[in-house]
Amino acid sequence: MRVPLSWLRDHVALPESSPTALANRLTEAGLKVEHVEETGGDIDGVVVARVVEVEELQGLKKPIRWVTLDDGTDRRHVICGATNFAAGDVIAYARPPAMLPGGFQINKRRAYDHESDGMICSARELGLGEDHSGILVLPEDLPLGTDVVEAMSLRDAVLDIETTPDRGYTLSLRGIARELAIAYGVDYDDPGVAAVPSYDAPGYDVVIDDPSGCSRYVARLIRGVDPSRPSPQWLQRRLTLAGMRSISLTVDLTNHVMLDLGQPLHAFDQTTLQGPIVVRRAQMDERIRTLDDVNRSLDPSDLLITDGSGPIAIAGVMGGATTEISGSTRDIVLESAHFEPVSIAYTARRHRLPSEASRRFERGVDSALSPVAAQAAVDLLVQLGGAEPANAGTDVDRRRPSITIRIDVAHPGRLAGVDYAPDRVRARLEDVGCSVTGDAELTVTPPSWRPDLQRSVDLVEEVVRLEGYDLLPVTVPRAPAGRGLTPLQRMRRTIGRALAHSGHVEVVTFPFVGAGITEQLMLDATDGRRPAVRVANPISDEEPFLRPTLLPGLLNAVARNAGRGMPDLALFESGPVFRPATNELPAPGRLPVGVRPSDEQLRALEATIPVQPTHLAVAYAGMREPDGWWGKGRPAVWGDAIECARLIGRAIGVEVDVAPDQHAPWHPGRCAVLRVQGRLAGHAGELHPRVIEAFDLPPRTCAMELRLDELFVAVAGDAQAPPISAFPPATFDLALVVARDIPAADVAAAVRTGAGPLLEELRLFDVYTGAQVGEERKSLAFSLRLRASDHTLTAEEVAAVREAALEVAADRCGAVLRGS
Amino acid sequence: MSPTDYDPKEVATLQPEVLDQTVADAVAAFEAAADLDALSAVHTAHLGGKSPIALARRELGGLPPQARADAGRRVNAALTAIQDAYDRRRGELETTRDEQVLRQESVDVSLPWDRLPRGARHPITLVQERVADIFTAMGWEIAEGPEAEAEWLNFDALNTPEHHPSREEQDTLWLDPPSAGVVLRTQTSPVQMRALLERGAPCYVAVPGRTYRNDAIDATHLPVFTQVEGLAVDVGLTMGDLRGTLDLFARAMFGEDVRTRLRPHHFPFTEPSAEVDLLCWVCHGESAQSGAEPCRTCSSEGWIEWGGCGMVHPVVLASAGVDPDAYTGFAFGMGLERSLMQRHGLTEIRDLIEGDVRVSLSLGREV
Repeated sequence: MRVPLSWLRDHVALPESSPTALANRLTEAGLKVEHVEETGGDIDGVVVARVVEVEELQGLKKPIRWVTLDDGTDRRHVICGATNFAAGDVIAYARPPAMLPGGFQINKRRAYDHESDGMICSARELGLGEDHSGILVLPEDLPLGTDVVEAMSLRDAVLDIETTPDRGYTLSLRGIARELAIAYGVDYDDPGVAAVPSYDAPGYDVVIDDPSGCSRYVARLIRGVDPSRPSPQWLQRRLTLAGMRSISLTVDLTNHVMLDLGQPLHAFDQTTLQGPIVVRRAQMDERIRTLDDVNRSLDPSDLLITDGSGPIAIAGVMGGATTEISGSTRDIVLESAHFEPVSIAYTARRHRLPSEASRRFERGVDSALSPVAAQAAVDLLVQLGGAEPANAGTDVDRRRPSITIRIDVAHPGRLAGVDYAPDRVRARLEDVGCSVTGDAELTVTPPSWRPDLQRSVDLVEEVVRLEGYDLLPVTVPRAPAGRGLTPLQRMRRTIGRALAHSGHVEVVTFPFVGAGITEQLMLDATDGRRPAVRVANPISDEEPFLRPTLLPGLLNAVARNAGRGMPDLALFESGPVFRPATNELPAPGRLPVGVRPSDEQLRALEATIPVQPTHLAVAYAGMREPDGWWGKGRPAVWGDAIECARLIGRAIGVEVDVAPDQHAPWHPGRCAVLRVQGRLAGHAGELHPRVIEAFDLPPRTCAMELRLDELFVAVAGDAQAPPISAFPPATFDLALVVARDIPAADVAAAVRTGAGPLLEELRLFDVYTGAQVGEERKSLAFSLRLRASDHTLTAEEVAAVREAALEVAADRCGAVLRGS
Repeated sequence: MSPTDYDPKEVATLQPEVLDQTVADAVAAFEAAADLDALSAVHTAHLGGKSPIALARRELGGLPPQARADAGRRVNAALTAIQDAYDRRRGELETTRDEQVLRQESVDVSLPWDRLPRGARHPITLVQERVADIFTAMGWEIAEGPEAEAEWLNFDALNTPEHHPSREEQDTLWLDPPSAGVVLRTQTSPVQMRALLERGAPCYVAVPGRTYRNDAIDATHLPVFTQVEGLAVDVGLTMGDLRGTLDLFARAMFGEDVRTRLRPHHFPFTEPSAEVDLLCWVCHGESAQSGAEPCRTCSSEGWIEWGGCGMVHPVVLASAGVDPDAYTGFAFGMGLERSLMQRHGLTEIRDLIEGDVRVSLSLGREV
């Protein structure tokens, strides 16, 4: 809401503080002033002058005038392209060197073979409105040579105030003036409660068919408006400063009353109305052509103003074209009504028609205001529009009685932590317009303009905010002793740190994906990672799904970084992935508010939301270790992706088992399945070449995706220390030859089993394939370190371990000793 | 003295002059050795088993006792002098050798050794952890909840009227079909509800997490962003407690001299409600004065909007099964991206979600 300060001062005797100081007081009261716009300060050197003589220049494509001006001291000559003035008119003359709003400097210049000594200004050039059709003709009585800014009181400030959805009354000068009056403790004469003379004749027949949508309807009949009368300059200026356009006197006046008091008004051309006005809901297949010339089909929940011809307005939102006032309208039926917020909000949104009227009705208009606002408009139409003074009015009043609220006078202080005196509490409630009775327990009747005051806490807020939030004490509650982070939270931190410290860079990406990832990732028809959780109104139509896997976002980040000249990458991201809801319980329907749902209802509610496990994914591209002056580096390979899973496992004390697998989107020969305690925990390896192509990735990009929730299940309690034996170790190597397709991990597991409890460490240190070990076979060389906790191992014991290890490896994997 | 029991021959090698000469010869030879190898070569001649000094020691046995003591002292002194001379020279030569070797082995230590690539965490993750640390230090717990959330938890239970514009499609992202009543949470507040439903009162939780709005991306807005929410429900909590907690949190986040301001506002789930602003920690509000230097951090407004807060609405408490007559509570919520941008001078919020490694590498520091 844009509020000219000069207008506010009409309502309330404000101190001569700076606009910024006033704005701060409003902000402190909860009406946040977004900014203060000072007007008039950016105009300089524009003076009142009279047109002495006008010469039309000939032979030009458009009319150009050579104008002689009298600025009170001299004769001046300017070129002007406007034609809406004649000799004798008083105009605003920008006399060089002059400055116009927006920093436009006006100097002497040569135009059309004449030396133009400045210019004549239009309303728009002075920031007075939109009108640029001609120059601004000023009232004749202004003294020549005076500064236009002073002569027309252009120096003003506009407060741009953010309004909250609960306080409709702050969308009016009346409401803001009340707040300022309270803030400065000055008297306030509320124009919204002015007395209305009783009607001596009916205005227009009105039937409220749906009182749930319309609780009051005042119709005033106004005859004899002179359509030729323009809006006076002060009215146009006020509307312009408030951010509205000047349209015609009648429309401008209804808008002025709306801005001033907060009551939207609508004017019908009386001659176009057929029969009584009926306020009702739309019927099936009803249509209306609105003022913006759009033919709209109506919904049965839309509230309408109708007459014998059908709909003539969408109530509280926009008028219809057939009853619109025109340039010849003299007789008007003026509507000043009260519509229910919810109905208006739905209708305005359904038709995408947010209007100044609907904004106010949605937030709640003062239901006592209808006759007052109508009277204000009638008075102005009589005064400025030449209408016949008459008191023809109809007031159909279906309002419900006002509510009362009981409040403990100590409640505001208790919630604020401040000891407010009971008198202050009462006074503050009366400040906002409540009537208050009682002592320890108050009975409070909120004013008609505060429908948001419903409960005792609502009254608490009024007291606390008006007493000032800056008076609140600064205390810190003593929370019960906490237990710090949960083990799950600690695990995620540990993993993040372990990855960062081992040369991985964390990224965060949007969780939206397109249907195309199915193909990009080569997911088959049964794959659970096909996108399935869809956003009904996505940010981008190309990406309407929530990610079922972290890989697309991460791989796109790889491609983006590589594209930006950073090809050596080890990226990770962690976050939820989205799978369809289980819906394993019947939907709970709309749960109650204000009472705790049952546990069954909550479980059923839980079953309606998508399954959202936390995943972690890592991707590698380019060099894992760079080339340098020390020699060649090392490219990232499948092993990095798999080892990363083990690294994470080690960081949190979970053993990650690795076995070969074939799983999209990985290379079928370079893909590992990761298991934890036998449960599937993820996959890792080099990506399939076609996937690499589809995401435009560097060749041989590798990736890993891990189900963190599965890992967490396996996190045990505190690790148990092994016996730290000081007896000497025995070490030996064991080279085993197996078929080429036997996984090394299986052989290692067999050796480990066979070696038994004396084995302290097992390490695979060489893999050899070649003629020496035979076709389709490979040699795996292990080193073993044995140690006993209580004695030095004998040669016999070591030999027995070696035999046993070989035996199990032979048994499980068909291993034979190399060279045998 | 009976000469018959002993070798009557005067042993020349034990004569003082001779011993002096032996010492002098040895010292000269050691001094002349140019390196350790040369020293080692003359060692045998002057300290070996057949060296003059060794022979002299051997002759001592043939002397009569009265002469032996005298000669023995002389021989030992000579031996010590030779040994000392040797050790000293050896020490010198070793030092020389070491210096030479170490000089030869010197390298250019300014050469890079970045064979392990750098890693870093994302600033958004780190700021969430920092928030978690601040609140756990106050005894609070950190709660989490799903990002795709039930409408009831995101709106209804938080006292948002059914027709409230925030539920509309232009503000909220709905999952398909909208009739299923699942939204991408527009705030971390539903986790408040979950925490209260699970734990009951008293309850002190902070909730960092991702939230969603149907917003177009521009320099300062993202449709997916991070919030932190705080909720405290206990007997007798006041707005003063809210203010004190926010002050503490602000100082922990932005420095000891930062100041907060509460401004009345409206939220469906709190009453009274407020917005909380921070006094700009760069210009301390001075840029808002007319004619002052403009401030980039607060856009010369003096105050920086930080978030919303208030006393938990009785309907919200009741919806979680907490008796609003017995307990009061306060809640607050604020976005984290803007704070990050202001702290680090980021001008494009988009940089935070495009996955460019330069963001994490430059801002992902853990201090």
